[in-house]
Amino acid sequence: MKPLLRLTSSIVTVPQANIDTDQIVPARFLTTTSMEGLGHTAFHDWRFDEDGNERDGCVFNEPIAKTSEILVAGENFGCGSSREHAPQALADFGFRVVVSSRIADIFRQNAPRCGLLPVVLDETEASWLLQHPETVVTVDLREGFVEFEGHRARFEIEPFARHCLMNGVDPLGFLLEQEAHIKAYEERAA
Amino acid sequence: MAQPQSLYDKLWERHEVLPESDDYPGVLYIDLHLIHEVTSPAGFTMLERRGIPLRRADRTLGMADHSTPTTPPTAAGQWQYGSEDARAQVEKLLENCERHGVQLFDMGHKRRGIVHVVGPELGASQPGMTIVCGDSHTSTHGAFGALAFGIGSTEVGHVMATQCLLQRKAKSMRIRVDGELGRGISAKDLILHIIGKIGVDGGTGHAVEYAGSGIEALDMEARMTVCNMSIEAGARAGMIAPDATTIEYLRGRPMAPSAEAFESAAEDWLSLRTDNDAAFDREVSIDATAVAPTVTYGTNPGMVAPIDQPIPEPTNESERRALEYMQVTAGKPLAGHPIDMVFIGSCTNARMEDLRAAARVMRGKRVAEGVRMLVVPGSETVRGQAEAEGLHEVFTAAGAEWRQPGCSMCLAMNGDIVPAGKTSISTSNRNFEGRQGPGARTLLASPATAAASAVAGSVADPRIDLRAVEVA
Ligand code: SF4
Repeated sequence: MKPLLRLTSSIVTVPQANIDTDQIVPARFLTTTSMEGLGHTAFHDWRFDEDGNERDGCVFNEPIAKTSEILVAGENFGCGSSREHAPQALADFGFRVVVSSRIADIFRQNAPRCGLLPVVLDETEASWLLQHPETVVTVDLREGFVEFEGHRARFEIEPFARHCLMNGVDPLGFLLEQEAHIKAYEERAA
Repeated sequence: MAQPQSLYDKLWERHEVLPESDDYPGVLYIDLHLIHEVTSPAGFTMLERRGIPLRRADRTLGMADHSTPTTPPTAAGQWQYGSEDARAQVEKLLENCERHGVQLFDMGHKRRGIVHVVGPELGASQPGMTIVCGDSHTSTHGAFGALAFGIGSTEVGHVMATQCLLQRKAKSMRIRVDGELGRGISAKDLILHIIGKIGVDGGTGHAVEYAGSGIEALDMEARMTVCNMSIEAGARAGMIAPDATTIEYLRGRPMAPSAEAFESAAEDWLSLRTDNDAAFDREVSIDATAVAPTVTYGTNPGMVAPIDQPIPEPTNESERRALEYMQVTAGKPLAGHPIDMVFIGSCTNARMEDLRAAARVMRGKRVAEGVRMLVVPGSETVRGQAEAEGLHEVFTAAGAEWRQPGCSMCLAMNGDIVPAGKTSISTSNRNFEGRQGPGARTLLASPATAAASAVAGSVADPRIDLRAVEVA
């Protein structure tokens, strides 16, 4: 996983509320046994029609989607299933940050594991961005803010998730180091 | 005096290997890890890449359920998978479980089924446990007074490697349900009603405890239906305090504590109840007597209406889009809305009582012309018992298809799909766009409502059929 400290990028906006994980990765793509190369499944049924042709008017088919690293979405983004395929597919598609006024719990926990930073902004800021898709946004993870049009908005992130994202590491290493505590717990509980 | 604690506080405290701090989440011990073919491969790959063993095979159970076929095997014993990928996924699970010594309920196993149906049936899901699975409906097991929640594939790997998870404690919420559900009204109607009230993100960041006389009156299967859909309100987990009903359900189950150990276990389970005066971050009150047969009309489980009440006017663009997708009209009730497919199944509603409720409504009737109906039992055990009671004959005589257990049309990844543009009434838990197949439209409802609708060919109120049964 590539460390994430600070980036500046154009944005892709999807204003719909409650975008669920079945929209992000339709279930029929879950028969894979690998979490790699899922980018092609991201928003698949929004991007392609039944015959596999690109749909006109879908923002993910526009040139900006190929270069943007920031996705801005309507409230309650990523609700639904626990499939990590969803943040994984967005990361593989090229996004490194997802911004919304509310992000569903499991998605928010899964995202950093895939190198995708979840950013929750307040309602006014998020909807301003949704209405201004041409905005260029800077995200600074070290300092915990996003900046656009001279406006700076702070965001909260769980400190350990931030540490893992900034260093590009999976938290498993930390868990493995707790072996002595885990053993002691097992003995206590037995 | 010690601080009064909630059920959630007690469950959390019992499993804390290391408490959380500002910099680090808490390390939480996991008693039972349920795995299935879709979200486990990445976990096993992670173990192999790092060259570490699966820490506690004895606390892990494997299940083939998500991408498995629901048609019977051929005479030669071959299962007809929906795709080669699906077959490969199930074979991979078998290979991984064998290599790591995990007990697996593979195709052909006489107790196989949907993971959230089988865990409780076996008595593997017990009060006081932490239970996780790479599946968001793991909250089902919370019905036993367990802390049960869904995790992502990376976390599946964490539990495989360390039997622990990094977690921050959620906020707490209590949903009190008082009063009795009316006749013909089920736990499914209740939970759809609750989600409608608090919204699809009403539980975000919270662990929910369901309490009150309306919950205590429910049997274990109904409690599982309620807890199952906690995630549809965004909640991290859903749970119900263990009581006499819980204990009687577990007594004698194959993986429950043995006879000698059972009484002391039961005593401990009862001590998990939320103390009087325990504080919650949020409390919600629900009147069970006000719950009608409830059906979703939109594309998330919070868009619900009583079956005979008008569909509300959309208040924003997303809602307008949802009504358009569903081809339903604001101001008109759902009752009478035409349907093409009926699905009775899923970890929400494919247990014995669900099938009995559907069969009661359908006995001696036919599925309406042009409507296709699938009945998919939640497990082999449910299938066996339903067949012993002759329920399968009620369904097949009506023209419905009686299938092998599995997730089937709940998420439609095994080849059981609703065709584009068709409307299905389904006892499952999600009505997202395309959930049951690209372009499919889903109405979520109780088994009785789904069955009554199958007969009518359009959304129908099951209470009407029940009245007829009473008169006859
Ligand atoms: S029945 Fe549906 S919700 Fe339940 S485990 Fe299977 S796919 Fe998930």
